[in-house]
Amino acid sequence: MTEDVAGSRNVPVECETAPHETINLLRKYVFGADHKTIGRQYFILALVAVFTAIALSWLMRLHLAWPMARLPWLAKIAPNGAPSGIMTPEYYLSLLTIHGTIMVFFVLTTAPIAGFGTFFLPLQVGAPEMAFPSLSRLGFWITCASFGVLMSTFFVSDGPPISGWTAYPPLSALGSDSGPGEALGQTLWTISLGLFCIAQVLSAINFITTTLDLRAKGMTLARLPITVWTWFVTAVMMLIGFPVLFAAALMLLLDRLAGTSFFVPAGLVVSDALQKHVGGEPLLWQHLFWFFGHPEVYIAILPAVGIISLVLPAFARKPLLGQHTMTGCTIAIGILSFLVWGHHMFVSGMNPFSAMAFSLPTLIITLPSAIAGLLWIGTLYGAKMRFRTAGLFCLAFISVFVTGGLSGFFLAQPSIDSYLHATYFVVAHFHFVMGVAAIFGIFAATYFWFPKMFGRMMSERLGQLHFWPTFLGVHCIFMPMYFLGFVGNVRRYAQFSDDYLLPLVPVHKFITVAALVTGAFQLVFLWNLMWSAVRGERAADNPWGATTLEWSTASPPPARNFDAPVMVYRDANAYGPTDDGRDFWAQSEPTGASAVSARGGGRE
Amino acid sequence: MGKLFGILLTAITLASAAIFAAHIWWMPGNISAQGAAVDRLMRDTLVGTGFLFLTSQLLLAVFAWQFGEHRNGTVSNFPGGSRPLIVFALLVVGIEIAAFTLLGSKVWASVYIRPAQTGELAIDVQAEQFAFYFRYAGPDGKFGALHPDRINEANNNFFGLDPENDSAARDDIVSGTLAVPVNRPVLLTLHPQDVGHSFYVPELRIQQDFVPGLIIPVRFTAVRTGRYEIVCTQLCGLGHYNMRAYLDVMQPDQFDAWLKENQAK
Repeated sequence: MTEDVAGSRNVPVECETAPHETINLLRKYVFGADHKTIGRQYFILALVAVFTAIALSWLMRLHLAWPMARLPWLAKIAPNGAPSGIMTPEYYLSLLTIHGTIMVFFVLTTAPIAGFGTFFLPLQVGAPEMAFPSLSRLGFWITCASFGVLMSTFFVSDGPPISGWTAYPPLSALGSDSGPGEALGQTLWTISLGLFCIAQVLSAINFITTTLDLRAKGMTLARLPITVWTWFVTAVMMLIGFPVLFAAALMLLLDRLAGTSFFVPAGLVVSDALQKHVGGEPLLWQHLFWFFGHPEVYIAILPAVGIISLVLPAFARKPLLGQHTMTGCTIAIGILSFLVWGHHMFVSGMNPFSAMAFSLPTLIITLPSAIAGLLWIGTLYGAKMRFRTAGLFCLAFISVFVTGGLSGFFLAQPSIDSYLHATYFVVAHFHFVMGVAAIFGIFAATYFWFPKMFGRMMSERLGQLHFWPTFLGVHCIFMPMYFLGFVGNVRRYAQFSDDYLLPLVPVHKFITVAALVTGAFQLVFLWNLMWSAVRGERAADNPWGATTLEWSTASPPPARNFDAPVMVYRDANAYGPTDDGRDFWAQSEPTGASAVSARGGGRE
Repeated sequence: MGKLFGILLTAITLASAAIFAAHIWWMPGNISAQGAAVDRLMRDTLVGTGFLFLTSQLLLAVFAWQFGEHRNGTVSNFPGGSRPLIVFALLVVGIEIAAFTLLGSKVWASVYIRPAQTGELAIDVQAEQFAFYFRYAGPDGKFGALHPDRINEANNNFFGLDPENDSAARDDIVSGTLAVPVNRPVLLTLHPQDVGHSFYVPELRIQQDFVPGLIIPVRFTAVRTGRYEIVCTQLCGLGHYNMRAYLDVMQPDQFDAWLKENQAK
């Protein structure tokens, strides 16, 4: 491994600051191990993934609101899924499965840590590259392969699997007997999952080693920007969680292809056929899946927690309140997240005593989350907040994080969960806290870091046009889902034919319209990205007056990130009036090292 | 912009809180003996989280309104730094955690960890893609053994019974509807035939998965007569959305008549 680092350091890397050299596109984009190129590629992969998943959710929402509507164009896109233009129930379930899988893995895991982390972690610790550049490159291509395999399920004969992103066996283990999409589609899904796990473990090793080994002189652990702390904690969680998911995926694959019975008990009769499996245990999958799956929620949200803690002070023009407490909260959440997986299984038939054991840590995890929320709100107090798009998305993040987090109080209690479990209340909960909150973190990061990544500013006018409808829109989509949950509206239904659900269809129509409109405003974001990348105003080195190391180098940074060796003099929280009339000290500024630390406040 | 954000957030917060408080969309009326405790816990949780929701969202809105770039004055810190906020979180959220753990455990135990009651009516429930079947033991009070290899939909042998060789199975009553007498404790034993399913009756405040390979007991006492929907809440395949049955809660004499009628079939 050390040879890898030493060897690659001697390899010249092409980059945009060397236009006189012939740029070998193949070498740069296919084999090149520059973390900035790979970070941008992850970002673009996540963009492709998120718009695909949004499109799938549009189809799902249309079907839920108007299940009998005949959509001739849909018959053309998906002749099997919507023969004659009316979507089949199994196609709805396919869309649901792929929507969830894409969003959780290829958006919420890919963008915040693989994308922004790969680009900015080396910059923020003052390193010229990742610790293992070629692992980084390999991880990217395995992630792409995983995405490709997942999308290929749309092109196999009976379509993508219908078992949801959680793929509970035996539904997911028995092949075509248990339903359409459960033959080749489910096998490909499982392979895609396994590949993704491998890529994430490679990433995690890289993040951990880079953070520990490649910090610039003066970058003590206490001076690490909060984003680096959250990426580091997230990487440790990935290193523990993804191998368990990999094992589960492998066992599922063996059950499907090799006749093993890890997850399938004896005596099942499916489609009038007595299954040959004996001795398996379906709850084993649930335990393995959620042992990974709950930390995964925090793998998605912790980088966003770091991003907000970094970006909010830059726009509030004052230090983050209680920065070390915030780091402590992050670590506490990371540890606790491995003790709570059973709260997904309160109604699973697990021993009722274990429900009580899992309920307590689940409730306790709200403590560090509540402290984090209050520290952000407290940071805003006394600020001179610049309400640019990135800053607005920080405030919106805090709001939806609170809204989503608080609903966890309901689901953490087994006796209430046994009413709300598998209803739209849960859909609202995880979309607010894991979906929308993490995506708002990604938006804040994008508006904040785009100038550094692409060398140009994003349009602020388009940014505002994106922000306001999005903030209102997500509430129109997801807030009513809480109400639906209270009525007992079951999730994962292709349509609502039950008597007690029929009066709720108008609410679903409202949600669908809100989803279409809010989704359409995401095209403004996409247009802003594309337009700004080409036409945007050239970005200065430090357009926001921010403190971390990436802002003390060019936009975009040169091949090895910094032209001169980096020296770090203080932490990343040094906002406040300085003697020369500015209001921040960069981490790399040598003079007045203690001036702002003494005055900056915000420390415990 | 800060003022606009403050107004929008306040509007969203108050509107949402009002809809919750007014119960415009709310749980259907409870019909089970243990459901009242669940409803109380739900109400307490709503009050507890509602307080935190309103406090934090409105603080955020007020601060966004007040602390914009163009205001007069200088940048200042939260009075007392981070400590008062941390203490507030530890105290208020800590108290809520303690309260919900104590109250919640009691309610949970009253539903899932409790001894059998006398006079319990045992009903065996089997779920399959995409239907529920309910089995009553018949006059002998014994359920016949299950033989998955004998399951035959065409002969209506949904449970795989063997009446020729198994005398206990001969008088078993199988129904597509769950009929129970009002005010009598019921013990359901849940097991699926194929994949995972779930038993959910919102009015009973009960949801329980069927897990292949396990037989899971569920106890309840229905206290109000009427017809209620039983729906499947565990994704079980293409017909999942359409998998349901009815729960009929009857007067005891009606139930006895229903049982006789089905015995005759």
